[in-house]
Amino acid sequence: MLYREAGQFKTTYQEDAQIFPIRQDRIGFFALLAFFFLVVPVVADQYWLQAILIPTLIFSLAALGLNILTGYAGQLSLGSAAFMAVGAFATYNFMLRIDGMPFLLAVVLGGLCAAAVGILFGLPSLRIKGFYLAVATLAAQFFIVWALVKFPWFSNYSSSGVITAQEVNILGYAFTTPESKYLLTLAIVTVLALAAKNMVRSTTGRKWMAVRDMDVAAEVIGIRLMRTKLQAFAVSSFYCGVAGALYAYTYLGTVEPEGFNLDLSFKILFMIIIGGVGSILGSFLGAAFIVLLPIFLNVILHSAVGEALPPGFGSSLELMIFGALIIFFLIVEPHGMARLWQIAKEKLRLWPFPH
Amino acid sequence: MKFSFRKTLVAGAVAAGLLTTGYAAAQEQFIGLPSYRVGPYAAGGSGIYGGWIDYMQLINQRDGGINGVKLTWEECETEYNNARGVECYERLKNKGATGNSVFQPLSTGITYSVLEKVAEDKIPLVTMGYGRTDAADGRVFPWVFPLITTYWSQASAIVNYIASKEGGADKLKGKKIGLLYHDSAYGKESHAIMDKLAAKHGFTVEKIAVAHPGNEQQSQWLQIRQSRPDYVVLWGWGVMNPTALRTAARTGFPREKMIGVWWSGAEEDTVPAGDAAKGFTAAGFNVAGTNYPVIKDIQQHVYGKNLGNMQDKSRVGSVYYNRGVVHGIITVEAIRTAQEKFGKGKPLTGEQVRWGFENLKIDNARLKALGAEGFMPELKVSCEDHEGAGVVKFQQWDGAKWNVVSDWVAGDRELVRSMIEESAAAYAKEKGITPRDCSKES
Repeated sequence: MLYREAGQFKTTYQEDAQIFPIRQDRIGFFALLAFFFLVVPVVADQYWLQAILIPTLIFSLAALGLNILTGYAGQLSLGSAAFMAVGAFATYNFMLRIDGMPFLLAVVLGGLCAAAVGILFGLPSLRIKGFYLAVATLAAQFFIVWALVKFPWFSNYSSSGVITAQEVNILGYAFTTPESKYLLTLAIVTVLALAAKNMVRSTTGRKWMAVRDMDVAAEVIGIRLMRTKLQAFAVSSFYCGVAGALYAYTYLGTVEPEGFNLDLSFKILFMIIIGGVGSILGSFLGAAFIVLLPIFLNVILHSAVGEALPPGFGSSLELMIFGALIIFFLIVEPHGMARLWQIAKEKLRLWPFPH
Repeated sequence: MKFSFRKTLVAGAVAAGLLTTGYAAAQEQFIGLPSYRVGPYAAGGSGIYGGWIDYMQLINQRDGGINGVKLTWEECETEYNNARGVECYERLKNKGATGNSVFQPLSTGITYSVLEKVAEDKIPLVTMGYGRTDAADGRVFPWVFPLITTYWSQASAIVNYIASKEGGADKLKGKKIGLLYHDSAYGKESHAIMDKLAAKHGFTVEKIAVAHPGNEQQSQWLQIRQSRPDYVVLWGWGVMNPTALRTAARTGFPREKMIGVWWSGAEEDTVPAGDAAKGFTAAGFNVAGTNYPVIKDIQQHVYGKNLGNMQDKSRVGSVYYNRGVVHGIITVEAIRTAQEKFGKGKPLTGEQVRWGFENLKIDNARLKALGAEGFMPELKVSCEDHEGAGVVKFQQWDGAKWNVVSDWVAGDRELVRSMIEESAAAYAKEKGITPRDCSKES
């Protein structure tokens, strides 16, 4: 009964074109933002902030990046982790080699470097599609990690190739506590998520979707394929690059190239498939699912239940349950969690008089 | 019926609450174990953590804990994944009455990820035989303990062992040593020190990379066959090791001339290679076998009471398992040392246990008392030196088991130490750390 849009009239184009056309959604969204910005840093403890919320946010951003490319522009990619690595290592080098480099600028530059590399590895997309393109981006995955290990300059000649992130300092304020790191991550992710939402609603996004749905038709109506595809690669890699920089600076503190391996790329791909391909909300839901579920299972299987099991069995069981849940979930709702949410919303709007 | 059920529940909850608080009062030392029992490294993880847990169980069962303080532990599965490792670190950090006493992730990646966090949270980070090599300089890294041997000490010890086989360091001149390494940060760790040693002793090093995972090495061994090195140092991991041994056999390179690092020297590396592994020698900071009193005690007090952690009991006494026992011995001895300063029979905080690690002395007499003479090297940790031993023992595979073929072999301490100090100083400069003055510490 509460979720009813009766009586909400849109009298201007601005009102008609807003992100959340229904007032309850708007209120809900701002309440959610207020909750995460104001309440969470106060009530959540260090473990929740540092080990759960920050990684979830960072992976949401990476998933968002891949979703732009795969979900909206229809270009399959397996190189997301490599683009994250480019972002992390580029940011590190900008901070290291330029004195007085502001952190936020370094992150943006790191993202731009990732975008440039993304364009480079997106070039094959002009000639190949689908699985073939996925394999071409796989090359990015192997090449970038190899290059970061091969040339010690990237890691400032550290003996084991690991970079140690510098202290994050913005306008004299040092981000050292989990609360401040969380708020910084949240702020960046919020801004970029809003930007992404607006991008996919605008001409840019329409072009991406046209290319995704049928590139020949898109070309016929006057969309320049090359530009659109490379733009999608650039934007997507930028998002992944920023996620990588945050991964190094607000989450782990130190990263090695192997941390950005194929496994991570697959994980990000699973996030968008489970969350919902072609959905901004889906990126967040998927990231939360993939990050939180194994931890949740681990806690359960190593607590009271785990004592009764033979050692090692709990860990294997964790993987089995995780896999089974993914399969079950995809059978029940192949369009991902975002679709479930959409259905729930539709049902709520009709409730209690379904037709 | 319903009422009584509820009553039981409440009573149960109260009892459980009392029990747990009662336990906390009953002197427990909590140890968080970020283990991995699935994934590509599972063989190492299950063996090492199994041995470690069995040793702690032995201390609880046989001695009733350390001066009456029972050891408790909780495992957290990391899957060798850095992000999961950080989550485990945060989760285990505040468990137990005094928080986590020590963090030993058995993963270089996780070590780096928590390197700075441990100093903030005051929890010692112990990385036996892996991790950040220059952390052996305790003045810059007060909270990190790469105990027993670092990769650099180990590479240097391998060269010294080769020298001893050749009959002296002067015989190394003009020799050629092949370095077959896993093409990753871990594999490259060996480069700097090998280059320095080569320059010092006048041998040449031929570095040959094997891409992960390493199950295809035809071209690498072709290269070895062409350049004919006198020795091949196998700096491998996982499936790369048996493949290297098998391919060496096919190429006709004598396995007696192949020397592995400690990640290449377990049963899991040689058994899959079958006969091809016969004669292969590997370095390690512990030995294999069940013929030591400490292992016999574990069999009697732990497995005898059916409390053992290993599902496959035949792995008791294997290289990885015994390495886990070494982890257990060192951790327990550090807590014992710390108790002598901060009060016997009391659970200690991470900061106090850190003192225990820094002042740890395990000499041969102590090893004998522990039933581990010859099982692991003597150890003497100090404020400056967080490595403590820097020696390894060489074992040769005879086709069925590992046999010890050398005494404890030390590396080139001076050279390694100077490299460690140089690297640590660079880190201190980058991070703006003022190294501690060890002469002022008690």
